[in-house]
Amino acid sequence: MAVAQPRPPARFKLRLPSWPWRFTWAYLALVLFLPLAGILLKAAGVGPQGFWEMATTPEALATYKVSFGVAALASLVNGVFGLLVAWALIRSRFPGQRLLDSLIDLPFALPTAVAGLALSFVYGPEGWLGKPLMQLFGLKVSFTVVGVGVAMVFISLPFVVRTVEPVLRSLEKEQEEASWCLGASQMQTFFRVVLPQLMPAILGGVAQGYSRAVGEYGSVVMISSNVPFRDLITPTLIVQKLEEYDIEAATVIGSVMLIFSLISLLLINLLQVWGQRYQGSESNN
Amino acid sequence: MALTIPPLRDIKPPRWVKPSFNFRDGNWVPELIPITACLYVGVVILLPALAVVVQAFAKGLGVFLANFQSEELLSALRLTLIVTAIAVPCNTVFGLAAATAIARRRFRGKALLLSLIDLPFSISPVVVGLMLVLLYSPSHGLLAPVINSLGWKIIFSWPGIVLATIIVTFPFMAREVIPLLEEEGWEQEEAAKTLGASDWQVFWKVTLPSVRWAALYGLILTTARALGEFGAVSVVSGNIRAETQTLPLFVEDAYKQYQTELAFGAAMVLGGVAIVSLLLKLLVEQLLEHDKKVARLDQEG
Repeated sequence: MAVAQPRPPARFKLRLPSWPWRFTWAYLALVLFLPLAGILLKAAGVGPQGFWEMATTPEALATYKVSFGVAALASLVNGVFGLLVAWALIRSRFPGQRLLDSLIDLPFALPTAVAGLALSFVYGPEGWLGKPLMQLFGLKVSFTVVGVGVAMVFISLPFVVRTVEPVLRSLEKEQEEASWCLGASQMQTFFRVVLPQLMPAILGGVAQGYSRAVGEYGSVVMISSNVPFRDLITPTLIVQKLEEYDIEAATVIGSVMLIFSLISLLLINLLQVWGQRYQGSESNN
Repeated sequence: MALTIPPLRDIKPPRWVKPSFNFRDGNWVPELIPITACLYVGVVILLPALAVVVQAFAKGLGVFLANFQSEELLSALRLTLIVTAIAVPCNTVFGLAAATAIARRRFRGKALLLSLIDLPFSISPVVVGLMLVLLYSPSHGLLAPVINSLGWKIIFSWPGIVLATIIVTFPFMAREVIPLLEEEGWEQEEAAKTLGASDWQVFWKVTLPSVRWAALYGLILTTARALGEFGAVSVVSGNIRAETQTLPLFVEDAYKQYQTELAFGAAMVLGGVAIVSLLLKLLVEQLLEHDKKVARLDQEG
């Protein structure tokens, strides 16, 4: 009888199962890389000169102005008020705080079509806010650029609140107390001690909200009148071009938006790295 | 000479030291902040949300329920549920596979891959729809010859809607699970492997239980978004009533056709789902916090 071969010394070598790795890449190829390659190929087929001409028609430029401009205003408004809401959630105690906290997430959870329907009713000519605003200030919200801004404010509010909250919670109270002991006023303490530490989070939240507001379609399309040169946003222009079977123009404007999202994604990542560096240096002290 | 110590309450900070935060010395800012915050959130978020509920039930429960006799609404609801039932399991499997594959591997371009997975969050949904049209449209898509020879119909049909929903929602799961796995490290899986567990056993008995709440959280977010996706679906669906119309598309269409009751009825259904998903999220968040605390204690102990 053969003597059993001595087994090689059991050197445990960790090997990752390979199927999730392959599956991940196959799935990503199907749902992400293939569509991206498709639009880039189509856009490349147009040629640089044609691309530039179609991307900068007066109609397209007008929509960029509405989309990027109004979204900038909306996310700045939310930068200020988002900080305020986050402050209220972390630094004070009041009845209804839990409700406020869960309401913040509603724009994430509510389908954009429902948000659009609700906003166009509330700010419509017969709506709860639309009617008094019209009578008191003569301000028409629904079917104007203001309405586009209102929808973008709604959609981008959670981003700033949710990015600022954890940073605000981890701030050390001692620093503010030290600042107070050294004779700083409330304003000085806020602007010199607290705000600089919150800044990466605020900017990150504003950038995320901005990127979301620029791409927003469902809620804006319902509250705006979608008239070119007035309140037409870029995503709606893409849809209109597709409906007119002007595929090339849709491709070109779509690629402009795609490039914008790639840049904003890069920027958001850089902001996150900056914020982590800030927190890291703090914990090393 | 006797030293007299003044009673404690008489000691006040010198005049030039102004009180800092949360000091009640004629300071109105701490009270004003919550009030302003509540007002702002009330106007921006609560008012529109209430409007949906009030409008849906404005003419009584009977009128609201009568909406559900509309064949078009029911077929939209059915399509939405079918699309979600396909998209969510696909994305769940992908999310878990991607998390186990990526989280504990170090390779060049990992950061790039992770941001690419996040891309659907920053792309406009309309552009997602456009990308699908450019690929699969039977008249001018890049893959048109293949699709036409196979006789498939993707754009203006349910496969396109499913694909659009998948693209828009696939990052949620991966994004929740990857950071958790990265944080937790390898030791438990290593232990299971040295004890002779197979890959599947390790996954089912060690990895999955350790990320269960994060996975559930991701599942809720995925489902909520899949049920409510509008932009991407509206580009590829063709918006044919009772055929390729999902519930969010139906809301917009009914509103445009001045069928206000139907629109708010359908919106109320979607809004109810949103509120349920929020409540579930709150619950899972607490469980997740608890698990994280336990994990932290384990590491320290």
